[in-house]
Amino acid sequence: MRRELWKGNEAIAEAAIRAGCRFYFGYPITPQSEIPEYMAAHLPERGGVFPQAESEISAINMVYGAAGAGARVMTSSSSPGVSLKQEGISFIVGAELPAVIVNVMRSGPGLGGIQPAQGDYFQATRGGGNGDYHHLVLAPNSIQEAVDLMQLAFELADKYRNPVMILADGMIGQMMEPVEWKKAEITEARVYPEWATTGRGGRENHRIVNSLYIESEIMEAHVHHLFSKYKAMEENEVLYEESGIEDAEVVLVAYGVPARIADKAVELLKEEGIKAGLFRPITLWPYPKKRLNDIASLDHVKNFVVVELSMGQMLEDVQLSVNGKKPVHFHGRPGGAIPSPGEVKDAVKKFIGRES
Amino acid sequence: MKNEIIVSGFGGQGVLSIGKMIAEAGNIENLAVSWLPSYGPEMRGGTANCTVVVADSKIGSPLTDRPDILIALNRPSLDKYMPMVRPGGLMIVNQKHSEPTADFRDDIRVMVLDSSQIAMDLGNLIVANVVMFGAFVALSGVVSMDTARQVLKETFTGRKEKLLDLNFQALEAGANSVKETQGA
Repeated sequence: MRRELWKGNEAIAEAAIRAGCRFYFGYPITPQSEIPEYMAAHLPERGGVFPQAESEISAINMVYGAAGAGARVMTSSSSPGVSLKQEGISFIVGAELPAVIVNVMRSGPGLGGIQPAQGDYFQATRGGGNGDYHHLVLAPNSIQEAVDLMQLAFELADKYRNPVMILADGMIGQMMEPVEWKKAEITEARVYPEWATTGRGGRENHRIVNSLYIESEIMEAHVHHLFSKYKAMEENEVLYEESGIEDAEVVLVAYGVPARIADKAVELLKEEGIKAGLFRPITLWPYPKKRLNDIASLDHVKNFVVVELSMGQMLEDVQLSVNGKKPVHFHGRPGGAIPSPGEVKDAVKKFIGRES
Repeated sequence: MKNEIIVSGFGGQGVLSIGKMIAEAGNIENLAVSWLPSYGPEMRGGTANCTVVVADSKIGSPLTDRPDILIALNRPSLDKYMPMVRPGGLMIVNQKHSEPTADFRDDIRVMVLDSSQIAMDLGNLIVANVVMFGAFVALSGVVSMDTARQVLKETFTGRKEKLLDLNFQALEAGANSVKETQGA
């Protein structure tokens, strides 16, 4: 079948519906407004429900409720809106419920700007809400990958009873690219999990959704239980892509669309006889620390250069992974500016002392 | 092969549609394509633009500051993007809203056509963007005329099918205006 051209936001929404999502709660904000728009137009005709929430906070709490009832559910927003959702995300993690949250990042802080940015990395990977917690963070670099990751996101959310975040940037949201629908659409009715609050219906016990544990022994045990899930995620769910590492003297590290710009910079560097490679994390949490540390141990790898649409956030994960074995440099553009491949190439040459 | 294309003009001139037609055509020819629109405050009553990349290998940046091809539908677009066009590149200018106040560069191919007039001669100003698309196909050779026709066939379906013939004519007229100029 021929690939179809899809706009990123619409493709993300369609992929969610195909993945069996039948409940979407959201509120418009640039550059992700086509997601609620698409859901409003298409969810009802596919047997789903789309209410426009009165705010982002309301939307995430509707997600909390629907997830508690066992539904396959998602919300989406862009940076300032995702900030508003952080309390709800912390509650959903605490109550151990599956849900998918999409953040199509714009620049900040504050209302910031509406152009593409990656300044929400810390918020996404460190837990923007209160308490000791993590959730999976998946970062697509193309519309095709965004579509592929949507179904995985819902599967992982169910598998771990933990929310999963898709962290995209405004380019992914606004761009149109060819998409191939690789996975079959899930059309059968959802089997509600055994913990879902579907009504007591004569059952012996209540099913309770809760994140409040007053007694410290119980709360401590709960946190340890959550962390046993995070450990399993770290062992089983790490995703990354790499190229040209085998003889690289400098390794560029980037995620999302900037990784494509870095990939082109690698080509330009090779044309000038500089052996460069690219490392692209797809899961930002759990971070591919082990593989990056192994790369840092290779004798021929002399330098790392991190490229981000921020002032340097993933940079810290690269530094933690490389653990001082090799120098880690940084080239970033905040505020909605996008570097060109040539600009990245020049920055890399400067860092490694190969300016011509 | 890689062509980085910027299409720019007033909102309402069909800037984003021209870009989409190019991207759809590239996709039909199984090429890698990306289409990225401008979005934001500049679109309110002002100019709109999109960047289309058509390549035979995977696309890095969906943005460019050195386009191979510029399709400029108004004067502000001409002023803003003409200096960025790669030497040896191609620029297609809509005469109607782009009365030259500066000299065209002589290190790029320049084609000026009055797409608005050509469209009106066909009976409807609304197809001026398809005239530009026709000129683009004929001048750039990025995609074939057959593919361009295929794009129109797939765009104008259902209730819009009655507009297909007019759009075919607009496509041909755009391509023919190029031949006339090049023949001269």
